[in-house]
Amino acid sequence: MRARGEASVLDAAPIFAALGDEHRLRIVTRLSAQGPQPIVRLTEGTGISRQAVTKHLRSLEGAGLLRSTRVGRERIWELQPEALGDVQHHLETISRQWDAAIGRLRAFVEED
Amino acid sequence: MNDETDKIRKQIVLRAPRKRVWEAITDAKQFGTWFGVEFDDAFVAGRRVHGRVVPTAVDPEVAKSQEPYAGLEFDVVVERVEPMDHFSFRWHPGSSTDADRPDEEMTQVMFELADAEDGVLLTITESGFDRVPLERRAKAFADNDGGWTAQTELIKKFLQDAS
Repeated sequence: MRARGEASVLDAAPIFAALGDEHRLRIVTRLSAQGPQPIVRLTEGTGISRQAVTKHLRSLEGAGLLRSTRVGRERIWELQPEALGDVQHHLETISRQWDAAIGRLRAFVEED
Repeated sequence: MNDETDKIRKQIVLRAPRKRVWEAITDAKQFGTWFGVEFDDAFVAGRRVHGRVVPTAVDPEVAKSQEPYAGLEFDVVVERVEPMDHFSFRWHPGSSTDADRPDEEMTQVMFELADAEDGVLLTITESGFDRVPLERRAKAFADNDGGWTAQTELIKKFLQDAS
């Protein structure tokens, strides 16, 4: 049980690191909201070069957050939604801490 | 801001008088008793209060599970204190020290009280997780996971024994 928890922590760390950048987070948000996109669309409105966007896409791909497929002459990028589950896990951890604290608060105020 | 990743919200009905619940939350000493922390000062709006983790006095078994975190120091910055209704502060989530973490990355913790049929409806909301850099979240997650999982189990057992 504990060993499994530690393994999932190690798995999640590169994902958090990959997302710890404004541009990469924006790419993920956009793919999440609008579905698979070609790089042209992902570059629009970012204020950074297509080359820079490509670099971010590659690092997100390396962390297992994205995958790409070639469609005709374009490369389409999409999210690997199962990887994002690990981010959600962080909130669940804190949520469990609150559950535990609430249990203690209940014991404390209801004791008398 | 994404509601799903930015906040945690908990609701609970406590079978106790409203004054009792209010004091348990806003009296720094009482808060420390159930939360497992010792504060240097009282909670006053706008005040930064320094505290350190101490094993909770509520239950010896739970206290034992908190041992690894004993002595961990952190600050809470008290925001609003509206008697019997609303109490809020900011802190850094997770179990690492404050030293290298800017205040902008603090989350807000809000306690709201309302009358319920059998006692008090307490709503706890912690928000602002989207401001915490993701790599730091991973760290907090790594620091916490094992210990808190074990602790949750102990609490469950504790509550079952009590009922």
